[in-house]
Amino acid sequence: MDRRLFLAGTAAVVLVPLSPATATPDAMAEAIRKVVGTATPTEGRVKLDVPPLVENGSTVPLTVSVDSPMTEADHVKAIHVFNEKNPQPNVFSARLGPRSGKAVIGTRIKLGDSQRIVAIVETSDGKFLSAGADVIVTLAACLEESP
Amino acid sequence: MSNILVNAPKTAKRGAAIEIKALIMHPMETGFRPGPNGRIIPRNIIERFTATWNGAEIFTMDMSPAIAANPFVSFFAEAKESGTVVLRWTGDEGFAAEQRVDIAVE
Repeated sequence: MDRRLFLAGTAAVVLVPLSPATATPDAMAEAIRKVVGTATPTEGRVKLDVPPLVENGSTVPLTVSVDSPMTEADHVKAIHVFNEKNPQPNVFSARLGPRSGKAVIGTRIKLGDSQRIVAIVETSDGKFLSAGADVIVTLAACLEESP
Repeated sequence: MSNILVNAPKTAKRGAAIEIKALIMHPMETGFRPGPNGRIIPRNIIERFTATWNGAEIFTMDMSPAIAANPFVSFFAEAKESGTVVLRWTGDEGFAAEQRVDIAVE
């Protein structure tokens, strides 16, 4: 194959999952709707840290941090994380409160494919915040047979 | 129990937000994977992780099969008074595990 053509092809493959930020598969949209109801989450104040490129989808570090004073009057009530292409849209739902001191959660997740991850944050005033991140996975979780 | 690893400070300043990290050995079998015989391996996951400080709930996490094997969770807690943090994991097939951590607040 022509080297230039090959490089162009590789670039196209890599860029595809990055471009459509709004192309949310229905299952994830439905799962998010169950949490937020009719409210529209606003972007910002939430940081979703996931590596943009992972070699092994079976353990992907993920951190959600929310800029919140975490006081009795103004705190984060819940953090939910969703994915597009795993068999199920939910990843985790965590509940926290003023006793948390800091709205930061870390864990490790499985990803079955390159996809978009979305974090939805519920605050004490009943509002919803969101953040998203795209991840490219070279070796997916779940596909290998168990030993 | 030896299959749980918890990392939390032994002492903390009053009012400080301290980080608690917890790791437990568990397969987190998704229920979507075929085994060597071609049949789907039944789901076996930890469904819930909770943390209490002197009995008051400070953090809970409902997990799905998308949490990686040997689940790791890190979260923060405000150090209000000296006491015991109890971390509890419950899940499929009657799985239950508990770990206590004593934290002194100055």
